[in-house]
Amino acid sequence: MADYFLQHLPHWPVFAWFPDWVNVALAYVLTAAIHAALLNVVVAAGALVFIWLERKVSGRIQDRLGPTRVGGKFGWLQTLADGIKLIAKEDLMPAGADGMLFRMAPYISFGASYVAYIALPFADGWVAAPLNTGVFFILAVMGLEVFGVILGGYSSASKWSLFGAMREAAQVVSYEVPLGMCVVVPVLLCGTMDLVEIGNMQAGWFTNWLVFHDPFTFVTSIVYFTCALASVNRAPFDLAEAESELVAGFHTEYSGLRWSLFFMAEYGSMFTVSGLAAILFFGGWHGPIPITSLLGLAGNDNAFLAYVANLIGMANFIGKAVFGVTFMMWVRWTFPRLRIDQVMTTCLKYCVPIAAAMFLGVLWWTYNDLPGGAWLAAPYAERLRIESPAAAEPKTEVPAKVAVSERGV
Amino acid sequence: MQATDPNVTWIEEPKLGLAGKMYLPLIFDGLTTTTKHLFGPKMTVSFPEERPKIGNPLIYRGVHRLNRDEQGRVKCVACFLCATACPAHCIDIVGIESPWPDREKYPESFQIDELRCIFCGMCEEACPVDAIELTSLFDLTGRSREEMIFDKEKLLSVYDLTKDAEPMKSVTMGEKP
Repeated sequence: MADYFLQHLPHWPVFAWFPDWVNVALAYVLTAAIHAALLNVVVAAGALVFIWLERKVSGRIQDRLGPTRVGGKFGWLQTLADGIKLIAKEDLMPAGADGMLFRMAPYISFGASYVAYIALPFADGWVAAPLNTGVFFILAVMGLEVFGVILGGYSSASKWSLFGAMREAAQVVSYEVPLGMCVVVPVLLCGTMDLVEIGNMQAGWFTNWLVFHDPFTFVTSIVYFTCALASVNRAPFDLAEAESELVAGFHTEYSGLRWSLFFMAEYGSMFTVSGLAAILFFGGWHGPIPITSLLGLAGNDNAFLAYVANLIGMANFIGKAVFGVTFMMWVRWTFPRLRIDQVMTTCLKYCVPIAAAMFLGVLWWTYNDLPGGAWLAAPYAERLRIESPAAAEPKTEVPAKVAVSERGV
Repeated sequence: MQATDPNVTWIEEPKLGLAGKMYLPLIFDGLTTTTKHLFGPKMTVSFPEERPKIGNPLIYRGVHRLNRDEQGRVKCVACFLCATACPAHCIDIVGIESPWPDREKYPESFQIDELRCIFCGMCEEACPVDAIELTSLFDLTGRSREEMIFDKEKLLSVYDLTKDAEPMKSVTMGEKP
């Protein structure tokens, strides 16, 4: 989109009078604003839908109906009504609180959750900022969310909040380790950290998804999901909040809109980790059956058909991510909450060693050239061969076994 | 109970296999159970549109009513047994001489404070002529405390309202049916 504005903005009526540097700056600002607005809609609408979904799923699992009245038959406007209620509520701040930090904390938490969407591709090339280190960026930015939590707990001038914040910080920081180790496995297989390329490499039938590449990736995906649950503080790892036993953790002193920002951050992160799982393990925007390729839509020269293919891809991606979020809800209403020592045991004694073993297992698998399906899409491999200087040279010697370009061709 | 009691049988906890140690069968069981409930029948009754089913109206203890006899007169003989039995002291009766030959007294006013009532059913038990009865109306609401003090007319109108759905528990005055 930046390219479009850079190309066309200087030719629009009023903008033509501006000097070039103004138009260039304007093009980037416009692009950023449009992307930010779109992502804001995604995050806000996502939170709206997910909170409603959580109520419906929890209700139905408990043999209830959940909301049924607000906004018609299925109560789908219940969240909006709650939002209006929260806005109308008084924003209380404890007398001893550190005002600036107290007000800042929810925005830091929400900001971190929101910024992670910048690098999350929704379809082939449909990403606000195409980063070649997308995986790394998302993990790093999501780790920032814990700053808001610690600030909130620390500035509340309340022991409950402080203890809650420390509990959450300990948990989230610990689970970043196995989460990162699980994410490294698909990165290792694909040889890139670019989420768009990782997604495109899994094109074709569902057997190309990285989760079905070998037994190790299959286990890794399960470990990843466990760690993702813990790192976004979902049950059974929701020690940070634990409404029924430990008061509300770090947001004990928050009310009204500030509290709801923490809530939106949680639901935003849930979507991000589910989306990341969809791209890293479950084929991203490629459906189980490659309908778009079979119909000749994907990669079509006709811009409209390619656009339709991308739309279908986006539906695929969002469907997978929403399924991930729904699965998190399903898990939440099935399992009892763990004790804090059990949470740490799960992380340090189980998730970290298993993730490490899976990493070594995938190394062993690829080194021995064991069958992994036709997982590496041919076009990308050819492109790598051209770009890679080692592969571009005439083949005078035996090609290195680790070269990604040798696979799947 | 002593640990050495011969009646106590000590059993060993069965050893968990590998799958059990990984909790996998239990996780799968739990998810299966919740899935069944997810799509199973629901208990919710959408209240104002849908009325909950009262199990047995004869023993349900809802709003009171004052029964009428065949001539449409109030059945009560103002004996004060219900007011005496009431543990919440919510019944207030003013009895005067009856204009009818078949009884000595009748209530000039009969008030029940529905907000004080604990719906224990003792008044119904105490009544010798089966004049006061509890119906199966449960959605008792009002906008003020005064409105919730039911007088004789109101209690009789509850009877008129419910007599078809719930016939009098005893039709004959003071006799077992």
